Amino acid sequence: MANGPRLTLAIHEKRYPNLAQPVLEGLEFQIAPGSVVALVGPSGIGKSTLLRLIAGIDRAFDGSIRIDGQPAAEAPPPGLVFQDSRLLPWLSAIDNLLAVKPALGRDAAIGWLDRVGLEGFGDALPDQLSGGMQRRVALARALAVNPKFLLLDEPFVSLDRRLVGEIQKLFAELIAAENSTAILVTHIVEDAAALADRALVLAGRPARVVADLPLRTPPAARGPLEIARFSEMLAQKLNESAT
Amino acid sequence: MALHFANRLFPTPVDVAGHIWVLATTSALVPDFAKTLGRAVIAFIASMVIGMAIGIVLGRVRWLDRLFAGWVVVGLNLPSIVVAIVLYIWLGLTEFALILAVMCNKVPLVVTTIREGVKNLSADYDELARAFRMPLARRLRLIYVPQLMPFVLAASRTGLSLIWKIVLVFEVLGSDGGVGFRINTFFQFFDMEGIASYTVVFIAVVLILEYGLMRPLEKRVLGWRTARA
Repeated sequence: MANGPRLTLAIHEKRYPNLAQPVLEGLEFQIAPGSVVALVGPSGIGKSTLLRLIAGIDRAFDGSIRIDGQPAAEAPPPGLVFQDSRLLPWLSAIDNLLAVKPALGRDAAIGWLDRVGLEGFGDALPDQLSGGMQRRVALARALAVNPKFLLLDEPFVSLDRRLVGEIQKLFAELIAAENSTAILVTHIVEDAAALADRALVLAGRPARVVADLPLRTPPAARGPLEIARFSEMLAQKLNESAT
Repeated sequence: MALHFANRLFPTPVDVAGHIWVLATTSALVPDFAKTLGRAVIAFIASMVIGMAIGIVLGRVRWLDRLFAGWVVVGLNLPSIVVAIVLYIWLGLTEFALILAVMCNKVPLVVTTIREGVKNLSADYDELARAFRMPLARRLRLIYVPQLMPFVLAASRTGLSLIWKIVLVFEVLGSDGGVGFRINTFFQFFDMEGIASYTVVFIAVVLILEYGLMRPLEKRVLGWRTARA
């Protein structure tokens, strides 16, 4: 099965008009096809801003982001999972998938919902679903749009830890099954340690990459001990960059 | 009251019901209501279309909103009777003048409501649409219109009730027929039975519109909100 796309990123500067200082500066890295990279850093550092640039939502920056050689804003849409699920409350779960990709068809939409464990909930409105189920619909929507290139913005925030474990497992399985290239934005080091095979630590103002840490064992084969060790290493890097 | 004050000024419900039947079968009740309803519908549709267009523009374009905000306030507070009299003087006692006068009173209300709706459109859903590269037509249908519908329905509901009342007042002021014109005629003769009959039918029509049109429409369009409750 084909891998997800390659991402090449060189951001000289990203600034907001109302802020004196740039948010991001001098960022340069590549992401290999089929790899899962965690962007780790404290809250407010600019991780979500970076993800919005990669998703092609925000085009106002100095630099270039290419996805398989194409500018990010012109590349096929990524499978984006927002921090807050962001489902359209007036549409059923199935229609939320069809809203972003009508060509998918009802049967395929049901198929994606089944894959994330939502059999029989296709006609439910988002407000009739629990927080965890809504997150699953958001994941199904992202996969339906582009299973090869996933962007996950703090997808486990505000979920209880038992549910996090469950959804992380699902993420890991689906990403592995699709050979997706995925970028996970998180400030929780344990989430990065559980899912990613490489972590980029962002720190400073303006934010830069201060550490690039690979993790050799595939997520599925990673035990709790290894996750804990990698989490500790990431936390240490974050603390060092904060001081 | 009719039981305690046996008087032609206080007709009993039975008398009123009988009079409605007589008016409906032998007099101008049906044509009068058709005329008033026709005027109200034309004024309502025109006001909604124009008000929504202006409201959307003012909600989206900040400098235009700043430029015209004062005018909208003037429009909201201009006494409706003044507008009607001025338009009757300028345009004569015509159908067009009456409908235009009603629109002048209603459009600012629609503009205000829709403008607030547009200002309240979620930036998050806009971002979602951009992230998934949704084309404009689909964004309109699936993202903007559903968010604006509560405001459109609110403007419709207040609009209907307001337009009904204004049309009647303007018909009293100068018209060749319609409910307001007829009530004015009854007034000249102190015909309480006639006034009560037209009022009862008027209320019945309003209730039919509310329960036969507005409520089902609201349920259909905003049904998803009950899932939140």
